[in-house]
Amino acid sequence: MKELKVKVRGLAKSFGSLEVLKSIDLDVYEGDVICIIGPSGSGKSTFLRCLNLLEQPNAGSVEIEGKDILDKSNDVNVMRRNIGMVFQQFNLFPHLTAKKNIMLAPVDMKLMTKQEAEDKAMELLDKVGLADKAENFPRQLSGGQKQRVAIARALAMNPNIMLFDEPTSALDPEMIGEVLQVMKELAQAGMTMIIVTHEMSFARDVADKVIFMEEGYIVESGAPAEIFSNPKEERTKQFLSYVL
Amino acid sequence: MDLITVLQEAFPQLLEGLMNTVLMTLLSLSIAVFLGLFACLMGLSKNIILKSISKFYVWLIRGTPLMVQAFFVYFAIPQMIQAMGIDFRLTAPAAGVITLSLNAGAYISELFRGGIQAVDPGQMEAARSLGLTYGRAMAKVILPQALRISIPSLVNQFIITLKDTSIISVISFAEIVYEAKIYIGRTMQSFATWTIVAIMYLVIISLLSKLSRYIEKRLSYERT
Repeated sequence: MKELKVKVRGLAKSFGSLEVLKSIDLDVYEGDVICIIGPSGSGKSTFLRCLNLLEQPNAGSVEIEGKDILDKSNDVNVMRRNIGMVFQQFNLFPHLTAKKNIMLAPVDMKLMTKQEAEDKAMELLDKVGLADKAENFPRQLSGGQKQRVAIARALAMNPNIMLFDEPTSALDPEMIGEVLQVMKELAQAGMTMIIVTHEMSFARDVADKVIFMEEGYIVESGAPAEIFSNPKEERTKQFLSYVL
Repeated sequence: MDLITVLQEAFPQLLEGLMNTVLMTLLSLSIAVFLGLFACLMGLSKNIILKSISKFYVWLIRGTPLMVQAFFVYFAIPQMIQAMGIDFRLTAPAAGVITLSLNAGAYISELFRGGIQAVDPGQMEAARSLGLTYGRAMAKVILPQALRISIPSLVNQFIITLKDTSIISVISFAEIVYEAKIYIGRTMQSFATWTIVAIMYLVIISLLSKLSRYIEKRLSYERT
């Protein structure tokens, strides 16, 4: 039996009077790759951001590896170390080189010595195919390269879970492939991943489970073959007819 | 008496005044940068008391002229303390440094705040998502970027403070304007003296601008 990594029950989030998430339930097991699809404004990103408390949920519960993250006695900073996050806009630190971007967190939190972090950074850069860009600043990198460095930066904390918030949406089409390739390798290596994406073919190929969200609810979820070839809900069919 | 004669006669005195001006500016600004950083971080904090202190400080300084602030520090506050039976007085240079530091600190706090707010909010989110605390994310990710953004306005504040030092002459601090007034009082050479004083300011400020442009270039990560 695989370990339950993420357990979400009745999660709700509002911004003022706008209810973005109404009631979300989700189980994610070790090694699962979950792709969340849906129209913009459906709450996909907000849901993802609730999982590492970049947004504070209004109701419901979130357990990460059995720990209730909404329990104030659990240190949110320690909890976040275990959850890597990759953003649509990369959010690399512009004042640091690619290598230093990766080294910053483990060194600052004294989890690694400078030398260990540097070795780790070089190993990760090699893994994402950017060992030759170690000394480059973000502005000297292409969008695809930036996103691969951002993935390496998140991996430097040795997280057990990775969250991807539309990781390829800000990229030029010719750079999407290189980022998806890195993510695919990560999935194959057994990483537990939750990915908000518009890349339907990636979801079909890589996901263990696809979730269709609309208006703050999970409308339908299941194996990719099921969702893409034989959606049950009318709204899923409609959405897929637009994007496929 | 012509410009050359005045120059020969008054120059040593004016140069000493200029040295005092520059020293007071450097000392005050060093203090003001820390004061400004503290006030700025307090202003951004969620703690309502810290926030209020910072707001009050900026409000007080921005709402009163530097000259009144100088009189307050040099005369009013010592008098108040003496009235409580404590023997307390400030020398003119000390009062000058305190006044200028407090004054520039308030403005620097505002321009740091602008710099911090100009940093993409995604930077804080990325740092926090890695597990850094708010304070560490501020120190390692936000402030290095905010300081770079603030450099041009910081240089501007340096120049303003350098010139504001002349106002401190009212509490008889022997900076360049004070020395000039004394010399003119003795010789009546208004035009020549003020011309020399103006040129001295221009030279110093031009040098300062050049230096700052060099620092700006060196610190920029936007360069290739």
